[in-house]
Amino acid sequence: MNRIDLRFQELRRKREPAFIPYLTAGDPDMHATRELILEAERRGADLIELGVPFSDPIADGPVIQASHLRALEGGTRVGDVLAMVREVRNTSEIPIVAMISCSIVFRKGADGFIRSMAEAGIDGATIPDLPVEEAGQARDAADRAGLHLAPFVTPTTTIKRQEAICRAARGFIYYISVVGLTGAREQLAGDLKANVDRIRAAAKVPVAVGFGVSRPEHAREVGAVSDGVIVGSALVRLISENAGAGIATLRSRFGDAVGQLSSAAKQR
Amino acid sequence: MDRKINSPGMPDERGRFGRFGGRYVPETLMPALAELEEEYARAQADPEFQKELDYYLSEYVGRPNPLYLAERLTAHHGGGRIYLKREDLNHTGAHKINNTLGQVLLARRMGKKRIIAETGAGQHGVATATAAAMFGMECDVYMGEEDIRRQNLNVFRMRLLGARVVPVSSGSKTLKDATNEAFRDWMSTVRNTHYIIGSVVGPHPYPMMVRDFQSVIGREARAQILEKEGRLPDCVVACVGGGSNSIGLFYPFIGDESVRIVGVEAGGRSDRLGDHAASLSFGSPGVLHGSCSYVLQDDDGQTAIVHSISAGLDYPGVGPEHSFLKDSGRAQYIHVGDKEAVEAFRLCATLEGIIPALESAHALAAIGRLTTEMGRDSIIIVCLSGRGDKDCVEVASYIGEDPRP
Repeated sequence: MNRIDLRFQELRRKREPAFIPYLTAGDPDMHATRELILEAERRGADLIELGVPFSDPIADGPVIQASHLRALEGGTRVGDVLAMVREVRNTSEIPIVAMISCSIVFRKGADGFIRSMAEAGIDGATIPDLPVEEAGQARDAADRAGLHLAPFVTPTTTIKRQEAICRAARGFIYYISVVGLTGAREQLAGDLKANVDRIRAAAKVPVAVGFGVSRPEHAREVGAVSDGVIVGSALVRLISENAGAGIATLRSRFGDAVGQLSSAAKQR
Repeated sequence: MDRKINSPGMPDERGRFGRFGGRYVPETLMPALAELEEEYARAQADPEFQKELDYYLSEYVGRPNPLYLAERLTAHHGGGRIYLKREDLNHTGAHKINNTLGQVLLARRMGKKRIIAETGAGQHGVATATAAAMFGMECDVYMGEEDIRRQNLNVFRMRLLGARVVPVSSGSKTLKDATNEAFRDWMSTVRNTHYIIGSVVGPHPYPMMVRDFQSVIGREARAQILEKEGRLPDCVVACVGGGSNSIGLFYPFIGDESVRIVGVEAGGRSDRLGDHAASLSFGSPGVLHGSCSYVLQDDDGQTAIVHSISAGLDYPGVGPEHSFLKDSGRAQYIHVGDKEAVEAFRLCATLEGIIPALESAHALAAIGRLTTEMGRDSIIIVCLSGRGDKDCVEVASYIGEDPRP
């Protein structure tokens, strides 16, 4: 059984939402990414969203975009990301969801590449530039490989599209809580609960919420109304600000932030 | 004007030109693209929309523009009859206005109050700012810092026209990065903003819609050559960056099997990846900026750095319909380097008294090869997609002259 499903089942029994930190692979370097994944697990992360760096990430805001460019400038190759995940699998069973551009998947060849992601120990993928209409081939390949292709729903998604997306969803649905880009925000959207409820009613899989979640109070609010809380830009910024401080300091500061956000998310 | 087009029936309802095209964008933008597709279909079927567009194309842009027999260029190349389709004589000095007027009219129908655009050489930015000014719309244009440096005259023109020019400092600081930023803006503002993509790239329906607006070039040229020569041309030639002036010229000739179709890409400094911008000549199928097409990328799918002396051709992708025409063999794509383009730029100025855009100079640089191949009686139409005033400083620096008096 897929690690994502196992984890969400376990959380449902505990009546807890998942806490899902996002990291860009290779930022500041691949060794640090591996250490931070393991630290996140120790400090209360339930799943990891792992960004595969891409030269032109149009769905991401400035903070995550900059992390992709840093990782690429540091020489990160797609193969290095898979190798790092294989190493993580020596010691950890935490579910890992790759966030990856369809430009990379297409270039590598969907069938073979998705199989090699699964073989490396990646449990799911979100492909932000692959809408449900274009996702058929990748979804079939993912199903064959036992890897979950988790789709996005946004506030602009129409009811008809939402139905199609829910039907095709595997693992979980990533609800983008705002119209816009990834990035930390002051306030969360007012229609969050109503929108999450609407998707939950239509979907067979859990609904996790991301975009704009940066502080413990946001995490608590989102955790109260959804099945998962995704935090990206705020943690990526913390990583970039502490990258020069050495791995021990970086790990402990990152771990503290994950710990705070995770326990806030679970205070229902 | 005869509006009948020998259409190859593309794209299909999913926006596909064979295996190319499609819609590879974040979910947030999907409803906006569906709305745009529907509104465009309604506008196309609405005689009032066509009438209004025709009115502005003739009264404001100055269409139809001439199909000019370049006698001294013809004599220089020792044969053929070389005609220049004078898009440089349009208002704002390039073909880009054909598309921006159409899209601004469409944005107005959709009730959008704000326009955004990306620009490379600045010609599309100027044409967008112009159309936005005329219809009283707010306008932001994204432009790479490298292009702002190369094309500062156009930056000033856009500002004069009331647009805000937003500098883009990420990546290669050129057209690709400006396009990324325009997409990012649109992700956050899609409810009140229309994004005018300047070429036949991007997600469906842009490649189809921009092609249709630019096809006025080929429709006019086809009617004009029939009137002047009593027959179709043997060859039509245009430069290809994203590919809008070229598809505009080519499209009405696609069904004319006797007409050879040649696109000219930017060969830059050399054939090495990173030194050119010739996606069709050297690229492979991939996904960039919302559609599947030939792309210059590495084996991880990361977009490659590209180079051309011409800011308007300095782009790692190309329109999906060109990719289809290449694979089907209906069109042929060649490339011309910076040096040959600058030579053709100077030749056109001294022989014809016309300073062409550096983009168009790439098409002019292919004439020698084509007249040699096609014989002395052949008729060749070259799209002179824009005027070259904007390029004078860049060319002066390339040839080592000081442009100051």
